[in-house]
Amino acid sequence: MKYFNEKAECMDRKSLKELQSGRLVKLVDYVYKNVPVYREKMRAAGVEPSDIRTIGDIVKLPFTTKQDLRDGYPFGMFASPRSDIVRVHASSGTTGKLTVVGYTKRDVDDWAECCARSLVCAGADKNSIVHVAYGYGLFTGGLGMHYGAEKLGAMAVPASGGNTARQILLLKDFQSDIICCTPSYALYIADEMEKMGVDKSQINLKAGLFGAEPWSDNMRIEIENRLGLKAYDIYGLSEISGPGVATDCVCQDGKHIFEDLFYPEIVDKETLEPKPYGEEGELVFTTLNKQGMPLIRYRTRDICSLTDEPCKCGRTHVRMNRVFGRTDDMLIIRGVNVFPSQIESVLMNNDRAVAPHYHITVDRVNMQDVMEIKVEVNENSFSDEVKRMEELQRKLEHDLFTAIGINAAVRLVSPNTIPRSEGKAKRVTDLRKI
Amino acid sequence: MITQIAVFLENKKGRLGDMSKVLCDAGIDLTALTIADTKEFGIVRLIARDNERVLRALKDNGYAVTKTRLLAVEVADVPGGLYGVLKLLGDGGIEIEYLYSFARTGLKKAVILFKVDLPEKAEEILKSNAIGLIDEL
Repeated sequence: MKYFNEKAECMDRKSLKELQSGRLVKLVDYVYKNVPVYREKMRAAGVEPSDIRTIGDIVKLPFTTKQDLRDGYPFGMFASPRSDIVRVHASSGTTGKLTVVGYTKRDVDDWAECCARSLVCAGADKNSIVHVAYGYGLFTGGLGMHYGAEKLGAMAVPASGGNTARQILLLKDFQSDIICCTPSYALYIADEMEKMGVDKSQINLKAGLFGAEPWSDNMRIEIENRLGLKAYDIYGLSEISGPGVATDCVCQDGKHIFEDLFYPEIVDKETLEPKPYGEEGELVFTTLNKQGMPLIRYRTRDICSLTDEPCKCGRTHVRMNRVFGRTDDMLIIRGVNVFPSQIESVLMNNDRAVAPHYHITVDRVNMQDVMEIKVEVNENSFSDEVKRMEELQRKLEHDLFTAIGINAAVRLVSPNTIPRSEGKAKRVTDLRKI
Repeated sequence: MITQIAVFLENKKGRLGDMSKVLCDAGIDLTALTIADTKEFGIVRLIARDNERVLRALKDNGYAVTKTRLLAVEVADVPGGLYGVLKLLGDGGIEIEYLYSFARTGLKKAVILFKVDLPEKAEEILKSNAIGLIDEL
């Protein structure tokens, strides 16, 4: 099986443009009627739905940001009546407020198709056993790939995250041929296999779809060697649907963006002016076929470039290269989005026990992301008893876990030792070599 | 009761030296100093004659400090001197957070400094057993 949907994935560029134009015209009319925020935004920009006739007119439309989603929390950006929404997912936002996304039945189906296409990109077919080790829950990774596997007619193994010994047992006993997880977890599985004395010849993985965090070609080589599979990069974000917005094909030379459903643009990160293919800038998406929560020109904050050069695999959709940065301060730690401001609000909420100064260090130890947060002890919290200081440390760690969903080590440091800087403080040191 | 000053230090090379220099520059004569340390930080506990001067010097130099009142007793510097006191407190249901002691060799006496959970009760127990509580060193 070469393609899941050959008609859509290999459509000639001219027909694709026509399809995109038709979908954009309908979409703009739809959101103008159903989402007050878009009506206001378009009026403010002096654009009427009738001004949008082809996909090229998209540049006339205003952008959408994560802030818009946050302002509308929880359901303000939904375009469908609540009764038509069959699913929500959510990711963390900058202030602890979640970014909520709603899906209609058709949206879930389109998304499942994207994940099915991605699985076929990696060589899966209906005979495959797909081991899904992304978390199942509000995070889109697990359920997204699960529905994709079912859509394809493959056998989904909903392993979810954690309990690595059991994951390895399943991989060995079921002889799954496809795995989906974060790239760092793939390497962690390889480590654990070594410890348990399980050789890669005892498992049967042919390919893996790895995403939800940035990774490098070196990491790809390491995963491929240690697990004996082909490692494919899968890209997505919950705002747009979830995993499967774009995926590597067998050529492993850039991820095809499923352009019949998501229209990508690259814009200058300062001026927001559109940039041609080949140039680097912020990636912006318009969802062409969504009902529940369609987004127009959504700024992903991810920096990359696009190419429309024909690909040997036969797919005509443009490819994006690796994301090599962000235009905001969001960190991705073990696949979880973390904003420094979330950490700040935890520290501020602790009865002034620590100073509102902090420094985050992120590193990768044994292929796992680790985060340490330095906070300054002050007179309000300093005690002559070690026990009390350790309690403070543990309380902060607990509160941080509650707020951001991942474990961070808190290190207490002396007052006035975290550098203050004029203007924007440098809060983060990222030592990960990706 | 004796006043102790505790200082927060990171467990890093040179930090104790830096703090000692601040005290030295302020002309402070220390009576006792002890450190409780963990892998990441240490709590220096010190006793000096002029507490206000110690506090000012450390605070002016940006240290996190805290003042604590400790129970202090003087016992004979003989085997069992410490045990006698600990047994009384233990039998009285007093929990000891930490303690340190030093000998006054010339006087054949030992001084024990305590932080306990119930200082008033501890003081009462020691007094009723004629243990020599002291208020200055």
